[in-house]
Amino acid sequence: MTTLGIESETAIDVEEERRERQKKIYRVAQWMLPSLVLLFMVGGWQAYVTIAEVPHYILPSPLLIGQTLINDWGLLWPAMAVTGRLTMLALLFAIIGGLSMAIAFTQSKWVELAMFPYAVVLQVTPVVAIAPLLQIYVDSAFVAALLCAWLVAFFPILSNSIIGLKSADHNLQDLFKIYGATKWQKLRYLALPSALPFFLGGLKIAGGLALIGAVVAEFVIGRAGTGLGLASTLLEASYRFNFGRLYAALILISVMGVAIFGLMSLISYCFLFRWHESALKKEA
Amino acid sequence: MMNSATVVQRNELLRMSHIEKKFRGDIVALRNLNLSIKEGDFLSLLGPSGCGKSTALRLIAGLLSPTSGTIDWQGGKGDDDLGVVFQEPTLMPWARVKDNVWLPFRLRGKSFASVNGEIMQALQLVGLEDFQNAFPRELSGGMKMRVSIARALVTRPRLLLMDEPFAALDEITRHRLNEDLLALRQAIGCTIIFVTHSVFESVFLSDRIVVMAARPGRIIGELNVDVPYPRSEAFRTSPEYASAASAASKILEQAMGEVI
Repeated sequence: MTTLGIESETAIDVEEERRERQKKIYRVAQWMLPSLVLLFMVGGWQAYVTIAEVPHYILPSPLLIGQTLINDWGLLWPAMAVTGRLTMLALLFAIIGGLSMAIAFTQSKWVELAMFPYAVVLQVTPVVAIAPLLQIYVDSAFVAALLCAWLVAFFPILSNSIIGLKSADHNLQDLFKIYGATKWQKLRYLALPSALPFFLGGLKIAGGLALIGAVVAEFVIGRAGTGLGLASTLLEASYRFNFGRLYAALILISVMGVAIFGLMSLISYCFLFRWHESALKKEA
Repeated sequence: MMNSATVVQRNELLRMSHIEKKFRGDIVALRNLNLSIKEGDFLSLLGPSGCGKSTALRLIAGLLSPTSGTIDWQGGKGDDDLGVVFQEPTLMPWARVKDNVWLPFRLRGKSFASVNGEIMQALQLVGLEDFQNAFPRELSGGMKMRVSIARALVTRPRLLLMDEPFAALDEITRHRLNEDLLALRQAIGCTIIFVTHSVFESVFLSDRIVVMAARPGRIIGELNVDVPYPRSEAFRTSPEYASAASAASKILEQAMGEVI
């Protein structure tokens, strides 16, 4: 009996060790593999441009793009700041607008009945089609672009928050009723915490959409010589066949998108990691 | 049945008279329900699903109102008179154990600090004072149910309503919680109405078993279990237990026979 026990114990240890080792390998591979892919792609790209002598106005080499990033930084950085400000402000207003509208809709059936169709109409109308109008009615190009980005970003927050606010556990709702909770208490202590995971899911989508909205708005509104942010810079560079700058701007926009996604994921994790199923690490 | 229990005149806590509850489409959930609950009762509502036992509980809780008939609380129903335990633990997953237990007070506008003593006492009663800072997901099913009971008892209600609270637990945990519930009741002495579909659970726990039948939901019999508290695990193997269980089963069978 005892020998058997010891044997199986060591067997478990070996198994455990193997699993640990695999986990470590996985952790390294998680970073190594994408980096290698990137290295090969950029290397292949550089080699192709150099060997085939591709002209820079058709495909700039990664080296040239890198140089442009450094040389044009004085131009690219302010543009990035503008696009960043546009995106974050749009997202902020989308949170305020989406969340307060969702609360209004769930607090009053009548408000929802009256207003929800228009929220949908706002969402499904392509922002590219509204942008020229906004440009006419709003003096400031920045404000017009902000409105565009807001229009795109607010809907996922609104619809997710509505679902979340309605998803509170029924027994908990009964319990709040038994204890005579006020409408405000039900909202503050039950509906809002229940909605949090849904809201944060919406926020992740809205973050990406706010950037897309900002880029589209800059394309449409920034064209009138108002020279807004990165997207305007990109468009202008394409007119001038300055493909090095075009790629540099494109890379920076991608970097911003990744950064926003990372930030939203971090916010989501910080709010949920203690209690929500989505943030749980499964036992191996 | 043993008749050793001394007959003490106890005050009536709650009286349901001629309760009729219809749902949409004239489905009769309860027909002519008359029930008098006395202070200190441990009353089980026993019956098959669909017999209206949960409906009766929700009527008492004030979550439903009867189509006709009255429910009278002796001395009127106060704010803290009622505690409820549902079939699921029904905890707020985002709140720590102690904050979950704080809820009934919190909804009355009482700060945590002002009721800290009551909260800790309630957690002690269910043996979870060491888990006050845990989140519900860190607890087992039985422990979650204990938190739920602590929350229901924290205001020291006159009446505790329990709607099949242990039905989803495994048998070992259920037996353990049955005993702990009896010990709890011994300690704080509140009245309990306990909904269950288990004959054995109702016999072990209660001193009054009200048997109900379905279609329409109604009371078909009542049974006293005159075995004095405290009852221990040994009670489960005693002849009194067996005879009470077979008596309750007989009433249930009669009801089922009518339907089939």
